[in-house]
This record gives sequence, structure tokens and C-alpha cells, in this order.
Amino acid sequence: MPRRPEIKKVLLIGSGPIIIGQACEFDYSGTQAIKALKEEGIEVVLLNSNPATIMTDPEFAHRTYIEPITVEAAERIIQLEKPDSLLPTMGGQTALNLAKQLAEQGILARYGVKLIGASLEAINKAEDRKLFKEAMEKIGLELPKAGIATTMEEARALVKQFGYPSIIRPSFTLGGTGGGVAFDEEQFEQICASGLAASPVGSIQIDESVLGWKEYELEVVRDSKDNCIIVCSIENLDPMGVHTGDSITVAPAQTLTDKEYERMRDASLAIMREIGVDTGGSNVQFGLNPKDGRMVVIEMNPRVSRSSALASKATGYPIAKVAAKLAIGYTLDELKNDITRDTPASFEPTIDYVVVKVPKFNFEKFPKSPRTLGTMMRSVGEVMAIGRTFRESYLKAFRSLEQGRLPIPTKADALKRTPAEREELLRVPTPERPWVVFEALQVGMSVEEIHAITAMDPWFLRQFELLVKELNEVEEKGSLSKIDDGELKLLKSRGFSDAQLAQALHTTEAVVREERWKRNIRPVYKRVDTCAAEFEAFTPYLYSTYEEEDEAPPTNRQKIVILGSGPIRIGQGIEFDYCCVHAAFALRAAGFETIMVNCNPETVSTDYDTSDRLYFEPLTMEDVLEIIHREKPLGVIVQFGGQTPLKLSKPLEAAGVPILGTSPDAIDEAEDRERFSKLVDRLRLRQPENGISRSPEEAYRVAESIGYPVMVRPSYVLGGRAMEVVYDRADLERYMREAVLASPDHPVLIDRFLQAATEVDLDLVCDQTGACIVGGVLEHVEEAGVHSGDAACVMPPHSLAPEVIERLKDIAIALSRELKVVGLMNVQFAVQGKAIYVLEVNPRASRTVPFIAKATGVPLAKVAALCMAGKSLKEQGLTSDPEMHHYAVKESVFPFARFPNTDVILGPEMKSTGEVMGLDASVHAAFAKSQLASGSKLPRGGKVFVSVKDDDKPGLVDIVKRLRTLGFTIVATGGTLAYLERKGVPAERVNKVREGSPHVVDLMVKKEISLVINTTAGKKEISDSYAIRREALTRGLAYFTTMEAARMGVGALEAQAGGAREYKPIQDWLRR
Amino acid sequence: MKRAVLALADGTVFEGRSFGASSETVGEVVFNTSMFGYQEILTDPSYVGQIVTMAYPHMGNVGTTPEDEESARPHAVGMVVREYSEPSNWRSRESLDAYLARWKVGGIEGLDTRRLVRHLRTHGSQMGVLSTEGLTPAALIEKAKQAPGMEGLDLATGISTKAAYEWSKPTPRFVVGETELKVVPPRFRVVAVDYGLKKAMLQFLVDVGCQVTVVPAWTTAKDILDRKPDGVFLTNGPGDPAAVKGADTTVAALLGKVPVFGICLGHQILALALGGKTWKMKFGHRGANQPVKDLATGKVEITSQNHGFAVDAQSLEGKAVVTHLNLNDLTVEGLAVPDARAFSVQHHPEASPGPHDARYLFQRFADVMAGARVTA
Repeated sequence: MPRRPEIKKVLLIGSGPIIIGQACEFDYSGTQAIKALKEEGIEVVLLNSNPATIMTDPEFAHRTYIEPITVEAAERIIQLEKPDSLLPTMGGQTALNLAKQLAEQGILARYGVKLIGASLEAINKAEDRKLFKEAMEKIGLELPKAGIATTMEEARALVKQFGYPSIIRPSFTLGGTGGGVAFDEEQFEQICASGLAASPVGSIQIDESVLGWKEYELEVVRDSKDNCIIVCSIENLDPMGVHTGDSITVAPAQTLTDKEYERMRDASLAIMREIGVDTGGSNVQFGLNPKDGRMVVIEMNPRVSRSSALASKATGYPIAKVAAKLAIGYTLDELKNDITRDTPASFEPTIDYVVVKVPKFNFEKFPKSPRTLGTMMRSVGEVMAIGRTFRESYLKAFRSLEQGRLPIPTKADALKRTPAEREELLRVPTPERPWVVFEALQVGMSVEEIHAITAMDPWFLRQFELLVKELNEVEEKGSLSKIDDGELKLLKSRGFSDAQLAQALHTTEAVVREERWKRNIRPVYKRVDTCAAEFEAFTPYLYSTYEEEDEAPPTNRQKIVILGSGPIRIGQGIEFDYCCVHAAFALRAAGFETIMVNCNPETVSTDYDTSDRLYFEPLTMEDVLEIIHREKPLGVIVQFGGQTPLKLSKPLEAAGVPILGTSPDAIDEAEDRERFSKLVDRLRLRQPENGISRSPEEAYRVAESIGYPVMVRPSYVLGGRAMEVVYDRADLERYMREAVLASPDHPVLIDRFLQAATEVDLDLVCDQTGACIVGGVLEHVEEAGVHSGDAACVMPPHSLAPEVIERLKDIAIALSRELKVVGLMNVQFAVQGKAIYVLEVNPRASRTVPFIAKATGVPLAKVAALCMAGKSLKEQGLTSDPEMHHYAVKESVFPFARFPNTDVILGPEMKSTGEVMGLDASVHAAFAKSQLASGSKLPRGGKVFVSVKDDDKPGLVDIVKRLRTLGFTIVATGGTLAYLERKGVPAERVNKVREGSPHVVDLMVKKEISLVINTTAGKKEISDSYAIRREALTRGLAYFTTMEAARMGVGALEAQAGGAREYKPIQDWLRR
Repeated sequence: MKRAVLALADGTVFEGRSFGASSETVGEVVFNTSMFGYQEILTDPSYVGQIVTMAYPHMGNVGTTPEDEESARPHAVGMVVREYSEPSNWRSRESLDAYLARWKVGGIEGLDTRRLVRHLRTHGSQMGVLSTEGLTPAALIEKAKQAPGMEGLDLATGISTKAAYEWSKPTPRFVVGETELKVVPPRFRVVAVDYGLKKAMLQFLVDVGCQVTVVPAWTTAKDILDRKPDGVFLTNGPGDPAAVKGADTTVAALLGKVPVFGICLGHQILALALGGKTWKMKFGHRGANQPVKDLATGKVEITSQNHGFAVDAQSLEGKAVVTHLNLNDLTVEGLAVPDARAFSVQHHPEASPGPHDARYLFQRFADVMAGARVTA
């Protein structure tokens, strides 16, 4: 059936900000969907609040609404745009939930909008635990025994029936938020309570434990003619009990016979049909008892997902693109397989390599949160590797992870743990477990023993055992000279990196590499082709291996290599992938052959048609050098992918690799504290008084001379890792003891902490002639001290005087000239009264680049890439800084809800996972949108709880008065209440938590509070008020923890009260 | 592990390590892209005389079990894999290594199997020698060159059952909790002509209500009709269909007298019986992911395939209707002679290994037989 002619205009919903459980895989799928729909002449209207996405680039959709993903916004957009259809399956749970609300509230019917891809009925059947269970029973499939509870009493009755451990899953939440595994009554009570609160429909499912069972996932695609295919099977290395997003997974399944696999396939197709997903992709998860093969269905998602992105990258089959085409009426046999060109999309990909995915965790950002992995996803990103064998793929994946340690520890390292510690770390899954499994093998534990504790399949453990055995044989040989060419090639084909071999040989990576090159032992590159070589592949989607045949010889075109940013992590997010993709687009359009190197399966950069050639490879020195060796590019771009490629810039340059744009030495000059200080002095600029310490004693001396409070951090870090404001000597002693190990190689930087200063981000781009334009100046809402990645930002600056802005621009340009920047540069300033301090200079792409591009319409990253390739700004038609006639506000989103025992107070260490943008004519209206887009509910009335530290009390009066004018009543505790009373502002009294019930948290539990303003300082005060902030977070209440944010927030409430919000696509905002 | 060498007739040589039996074996080197079901593949009699290269790198992972055998023993004469591994599966009874050694089948691992597959794709399936016996590559290449090819070789007659036997066992359930199939009481008497059958075919026939009598490939049409069957089933089998002695005339004599259903070699023999032609493909179809379109319904089924010869569509014009096409290369996947109540498919609806999408064809055979009864 060809495409349905009645579909002419489609509303597509994106997934909003990057959060745990919804990362950039939905930018990948949404971008594919938009391209697929546009190819068919369909007009696409997009709603997505995340400016750091490729899909929200103004040239993708016809009408791009960077607006909050709310019913209000969607309804207004439907009124304005009159789409005939809504495609809800590309934007994760966020899009599905919004579509469901729009359908249930009759909005879609009212405006005659049809859901395509998944019907309301199918969404409900798949997502509602009870309906899903009934559907599975109908087709004769088993689920773990389970029951639904809406009260604690019901939950208790169920656990009595099934026993412990017990699995708790809240209905309709993302990545299992609020769920968990309870091993006893106490844990059960706690998890059920938070689960009931987290579920928007107030229900949880209690499951029979299938802990330790094997876990599988199948990716299914179905068309309107009921043609069904399985794109990929995935087996989890971590057995049931660990969320699949937090599990190491392998494709295809490794330990199933055909009989068992086909049973799973049959079940997946039956589920797809019974749930009624008419067109598109879904994934189905199964648990399998390894003792007797009993199979249970865990869940299905009637939409593209993180797993479908992985399956697409693992096989080369573009699920989202195909799903979009199917949604508008095509059938699978009418679509071509892009990779083979001649064969249709109605087949099942088959592969001749092994894919391993490994999650990336950031628990170090939340030190008080337990690291145990369970049914609530906590990983922030992932890497994927392709190898011809499991071992090769596994080791490649682990070196892609940038963990700063080798995948296989030495025996000596392994012995540092006691047997009891080791066993505990094997038993309780944490991010550490993969290393502990190797340690266990190193100290002689058997595969059977490890299997008994971890329930990991012996097949995988045996592969690990072989690795350890071979590595130890290398160590016994003791020298490369005793390893012949054949043996060395075999070792490389196992996946051992030069660094891993060097460790075993007690030498350096460079020595191993040199010797390997001398013997001409180099990888070959194979194609990902969807068909295990049965047909010719036309897409240069490549991976390395140590075998005989290289099937993708380089071309003789002019090439530029773009190094990607690896796994998403806090501090290095989608923004950097966005920049890499833009570089690829711009340079490809300029006629270069673009070569992308990256290992993150979620991204647009690893889509096979983003660049001319894609190397799906780890971003390590070894892997990158091999690619450059064969490709011989004109140059390599290292400044777009964040720290990952930046760390490689100096060694790459030393190896003779041409680095495009700003020189690695200039990058180093900006990053190295001492060199940077000299630079600042040379330009007669000001920076906060600072010093470097290489020992605790030195740190105390430096801090005394600067004067407390001071800002401390280790050098060369990203995202403010371990960065803190320290108020006194005792605090500094704790910091030096617990947070960092200062040493001559790892100095600690100490800066004067600038109080009551406004922080500003500025991004500029310079060409090879020395011409510069300032892309944008962003004023932070929060005072200096909150990490720039976490602060809300306003563009253009809302409070800085024009002459200050001009001065900031002048300073930035002077810095760029001094560093001879070619490409992007970001400067962070603090403005304290009339004084301007330069806090940081980053001569590379920064987190703010995509935001600025969306706010101004000037694609900074593209411009910068062309500058690096030799095209001047003038040639690109850019002669002046872009102007703005509206406001853009960036707000950050945080994963606090997934990390128990974690305070929501912001500080110099970055904690946010993503960002949203609010656009409007006034700063407060834009701020209001940014708050709504970040998931905050802006109340229209009710009680506001205020409790602020003494310094903030004078500023509170005005805020409270304005809130009262808006109709809110004020609730306050002791000190704040007394102050307000003295100022003649009426407020109700409420107990602090430590003053006993009924206290403020009780009021929050009773849902009597609609907004919280709580600022605090000092250890004791912070810990006293922790419960208030945590409760606000759990309840989803709007809260502000700084006065600046509160002031903007009140402005936003006033703007909200002032009339209906205006929604407008960025194509209109950017029109002059 | 011992060294092993695979030499192709065109002079290409691959070196690796031996697993399974130490031996020297000559066969046609083919490749299969299925990621699952190596034991079913090895024991499929259609692989007789072939050295099968598995495109997926890891083999041996799930061991072997008598439950997954498609016939009494492996028929492939050699196995080529990227990496052999020891088993981990609750149904495994014996490792693949031990199983192959027991049946004296040689295996080679540790070579660039993707290069081999690409080579066969480009240069075609060809004869090869797999040896662990230390001959020089040059000598092995010479041996491969001397080996007779598959064309014109009647392998089916050699592998067929020597005597007729009855079969009444349905598809067994191996796995706890698996949905039980409804037991269908036998309603049809079916004679299956054995050209090298897979067990799953007989089981699927029983599943739809057939009592099956399996007869040798050389059984005459008269002997078959004397058994008064409701239908005749032509099984799969190895090699060149044109070389199967007397099969075409036997089947021609059945047409119109009794419903006929053929699979794979049985399909090709039906085509020959209708006066059609078959041809040898460059490297055939061997895998579990082949898209086949049912031209009557327009639906696509994902099928399991294993064949090196195909039916020539033009040669059947006016004699039969092409009912199914392979969407990858548009080769004939099914044909029917409605007047004669005969139909056949090139792919394997019995799967094993592979998807069950085409299983409905067995029911279709039952329906045709039921229809024939009504009109009789």
C-alpha cells in the first residue's frame, strides 16, 4: 500500500530535555523521522523543548516549536497549525504521555487530528499493567506473577503472596522512576511509598521475583499489512534485577538455541498483534529461567526506544526512519534497505559480528546515593562497540567508556580487596561489578563460583576467563620479543588494547604500539551491512578488527576527521554531539569527505548518513591513530567533542596529526592554570585571586592568603567534578582529605570565591584571518558559584548594562586574538559591580553553542567548522554579531529524584543532565516557559513556603509582597517569619522539621504547599532543611533554592497571571 | 588446538585451527547467514556433501542435544566458523566439538569467515578441501580442483530412506511452560517421498492432522497411489534436482490424481515434472531471514532457506502459476497448479532453524486435501 494521501501535515513530539532514561536516542529517532516524512512531501510541525537537538534545527521541520511539552502548548499549536496527524512514537515516554493526554481530553478529536503509529488503545494496552496482563493471558503468554496496588494495604497483601525479594514498578513512569527491589519489609514499605507517589496514576505493580533469570529483548517492526520483522535480539549480561538501561547487553543473543529463539520471536509477534501496534517499532522484554527455560514477558514499549536506537546502530537497520514511513501508510516491502540498495526493508537483519553495549554511570556526582543497581535506571549514557567476537567487542566497549582504567585488572590489583569485599561486590550489582568479575578470575575463583554468586551466564564468564588466561600468559612471557607475529596478531584479535598488553608486559602503550607497527600488525575495517555479507553494502559504516580482509579502502578525496564525544555523561552531553554533527553537515556541504569517529549508539553523529564515512570505534589514542594512519586526512577536528577528543589533541599533534583550528598548545594555555594566569596578566585582565597547591599544607597556606570562602577543584576536570565552595579551614581539611588527592601531578586549584557576582557565558567564533563574531552573551540567573551548566541563563542579558556587555565582548576578542583561536571559544566571566573577572576560557565548543544557535539563528558550530577549513567569516556572510528581538532562557534539568539522599541545592559541581529553552518576547514570560519545560509546575495560587538565610532576608520582602498581590498566602518558619512580621508582611507560622509535627514537611505531604522558596548556607542549616527540599522534589512542587531564581520565578508567575502565553515557531522568532 | 586449512578450488586458502574431528574432507563450500540453529543446519540432509560456513562468528555456544537434530546424524561434511566456544544452555547434552568429533565431521575456526563469505558471494560456491592433516595448501587446492561439483549429482537417492516407515509424532514441546499445541487427530493419509527429509516437516504434517508414510525416493507412482493417500508430500533434499533419477516422471504421474505439496528439492522436482527447468545459483540462499512475498495476499513472510538451485519462472509459463517470490532477487519461491491441487515452495515452512511465518502452508495442504475429499 503506498502512502496515505490524506496525511499532509504531521505534528511530531520530541522527548524534551535529556534526562536519565531519555537521552539523545530520541534526537536520533526524531531527526530520522522528520527527514523520512519530508522526503514524502509532508509538512512537519515539531514540538520539543530541547534546543540542544539536531531535530530542532530550523531547517529540519517546517515549523519548529521550542516550547514546553505540555497539553496547553500542544493544544495551542494544534489550533495554530491544524495538523491532520500526530506521530507520538518518536519522542519516548514524554511524547507518548502527552499524546495520551491529548487523546483522553478530547483535544485530538476536537481538532480532527489522528494518532498515527500507535493508537490510544495500543498505548494503554502496553502501558497499563492490568490491561497488559490481560492481553498476555489472552495469547497464552506468562508474566511474572504480579498484582496491582493503589494503596499500601494492597501492596502488603501482594507481597505476602509472592514473598521476597519483591519487585516494585510504578505505572506510567520513565525508566522505572520510583521503583526498586525490596529484600525485606522495611525496604518494601519505603519503595512502595515512593512508587505510589511517583506514579502519575497512583498505582504500582508488585512482581514475583525473577532475579537472576536471563533477560532478553527483541526489537519488532510491523506494518499496516501485518508484515512483522525482528530487527535484533539483545541478551543482557546482567541478569534480571538490573534495569536493561543499566545492564551490559550483547547483540545478538548468544545463549539461545533456535527452538528457544523462535519461541521468543513468535511471542514477540503475537504481542505486537495483540497490543495492536499497527505500524512502527516496539521492543519486547523477556525473562528466561536458565534452569528450565520457563519464559515470562516483562514488558513492551509501543514506540521507538533506547533499545531500538541500539538495534539500529547494531544492525544498520534504521528503525525510526522505517517506522515513520510505515506510519504514513507504506509497507515494509515498498521500502528499500538503504545499505544494500537493491533489497527491500522487509527482511530480518542478520549480523556477522558481536555488539556490546555498556552503560556509563555518574554516581560520583551523587556521593551520598547508594550505588546499587536495580529496576530504576541510573546510567546517564552508554557506549557500543562492534567486534568480530564477543571478547573483542567487550574490550572495545570498555575502552570506549573512558573510565580511566583498563578493563582487566592485574592480579596484584585484584588482591587489594578482601574475599568478603569481593563477594559482596559480585553479589550486589553496582557499576563496579564488571571489574570485580575480572578480579575474581584473577584471584582464581572459578566460572562456576562466580556464576553462583552473580547469575551471569557461564558462557560470558568463560569468555572472560579466556581473556584473563591469555593476558596472564603474556605477563609470564614478560617481553614482546618472546611473542611472535602470529601470537601478537591473535592477541590483538582478542581485543586487547596496546595499553592492556603494556600493563601485562610492564611497559608503556607507546612501546607496544611502536613494536606492533614495526611488525605491521594493523587492524582491518569491515562494513556493517545488515546481511552478514550476503549482499554488497554501499554504506561506509565501519568497525575495526584484526583479520585478513579490509573491505573499505580509503578514497583519495580531501578528508576531514571529526572526533566525537563518546558516551553522554553529566558535563559532556548532547551539546557536543550536536556540534560534531554540525561540523559534518557543513564540511560535507563544502565538498570535503567527512569522517566521523564515535562510539555512542544514541547519537545523530553515529547515524550512517550523517557523514561520508562512519567509524564506530572507541575514542582512544590507539583506535584514532589507526584510522588517521589509513585515511590521511587534511586535518582532525578535536574542539567539538568536549574533553574526550581534547585530551587526545596534544598526543595526536605529537604523532604528526594535523589538528584543525586553534592549536593544541593554545588549548593547553587556556586549560593550564599557571599558563592561563600569565595570559590574563599579559592582557591586563582580572581573574579571581588564585593559587595552586600540590599538597594539603600548601592548600591551607594559599587559602589563608586569598581569604575564605574559596572555590577549590582539581585541575583538568569537566563539569566541575569535585568542585566546591569551601568556607573555612575545617571545611578545606575535609575537602583535601575526602574529595581529592592532591599531588605534584594532580594539583588542586584554589580561587577566591566571588560573592554576589553575576556570572556570564560568552561564545565567539574566529576565522583564520583573525576576524571574530560574538555568537551570544548569556547572563546567569543564579549568582557565581553555581556551575554554568546548572545555572539558568538569559539571552540577551537581562540586567547587565550595554557598556558592560561591550567590555565583555572586547575582553573575549582580545583573549581569542592572544590565543590565535580559529573556531569556537567560550569565556566565563563574573561581574561584581564594576569589576569584570575572567573565570575560564575554553577555546573549544561549549555547552551553550546549540542554545545560542537556536536563540539567534546563527549556526555557530557550522560556521566554526568552515572557519577551521579555511573559509572566512566574511565569505560566510557574517560580518556582525547576531542581534535578538526576543528573550531565550535556558533552564537545566536534574536527576535528583533517581539518587536518594541527595540534596537539590546547586553548587560549583555540575549535576544537570539536560536543558530546555523558553522563548518569549519578555524575559519573565520566557523564564516561565523554561520552568514549565523543565517539568516544574507554575502554580496559580495556594500557599508559598519561604525560609531563607539571613543575607537573603532583605530581598525576600519584595518577593513576598508580589506573591501576595498574585493571591498567594505565605507560610514561614521562625526567623524568616519574624523578619517578615517586622517588615509588616503577614505570614502564617509553621514549625521547622526539628521543631516537631505539624511541621512544614507535614504540610507538603498534605498537599497544602504549592511553591517552596528555600535558600540556605552552612553545614547544619543545609542538613536541617534538607527534608524540605527533598520533599518538594518528590512531590514535584515548584521550588527555588536561590534568591535570583526566586525573583525570576515571581516575575514568571506575574507574566503567567498577565494573560495567555504566546506560542510561536522559531522560524517566526528568527524572522527579522 | 591443531592447525587446519581450508583450500578452495579457485586457489584461495584460509588457515585456522581445528575443532570437531581431525580429518580431511572434500565438499562444496557454502555459507549460511543464520545466527541460530547450527545443529539443525548440520543435521539437515540437504547439506550432504557440503562444507558449511556459518557467517555468524560464535558457534558452539548452546552445545548440542538430540532434540534439535533434523535427522539421525550430521550431513554437512565440514563446518567453518570464526570462533568455536564451549556450551552454556540448559538443554545441551554434548559440546559441538565432541558432537562433530563423534560423527567424524571436521571443523575449522579462527579464520576470517567474513572474507570467505564475501569471496563465495563474489566468486560463487565451489568445491573445497578442509584438512587437519598437514598437506601443503598447493596439494589441497589441487584436490579441491579435482573434486566433482554438485551439478548432475544425484545425492537425494543416496540419502533417502531405504524402506517405507510410518510417522505419527507431532512437534514435541521441549520447554517448560510452552503453549501446548492442540492435538489434531489424524484425518489424512499422506505419503511423503523422502529425498533427504528434515524431521520437522513430518512433525508439522502430524500437527495438522496427517498420518504419514515415508517412502524411498525411487518409489513408483503406482506404489504411491496404491497406498490410497489423501496427499503426497515431496520433501527437501540435497543437490541438483535434475539429477534425481526418475523423480520428475513419478511426480508427473501423480499430478491430477492426488494433491501434492513440495518443499525445496520437492518444489524443484514438481517444477521439472511440469516440464519446467531448474538452474544452479551462484551461491544460493542459505539463511533464516529471506523475505518471500505471497503474491495472492501481498504479505511478506520471513523464511528459512537452504538451496543452491532454483526454478526458472519462464519455463513454467502456461504450466503453473508462480505464487511466491523472493524479494531479494525475485527468484521463484512458490508455484501452484490449482487444477491438479498441487503446490510447492522453495523455502522451508518447517523452519528449524528459522522463523515460523510460513507454517500456515502445512494447514493449506490439509485444506487442499479436505477440499479434494469433498469433490471426490
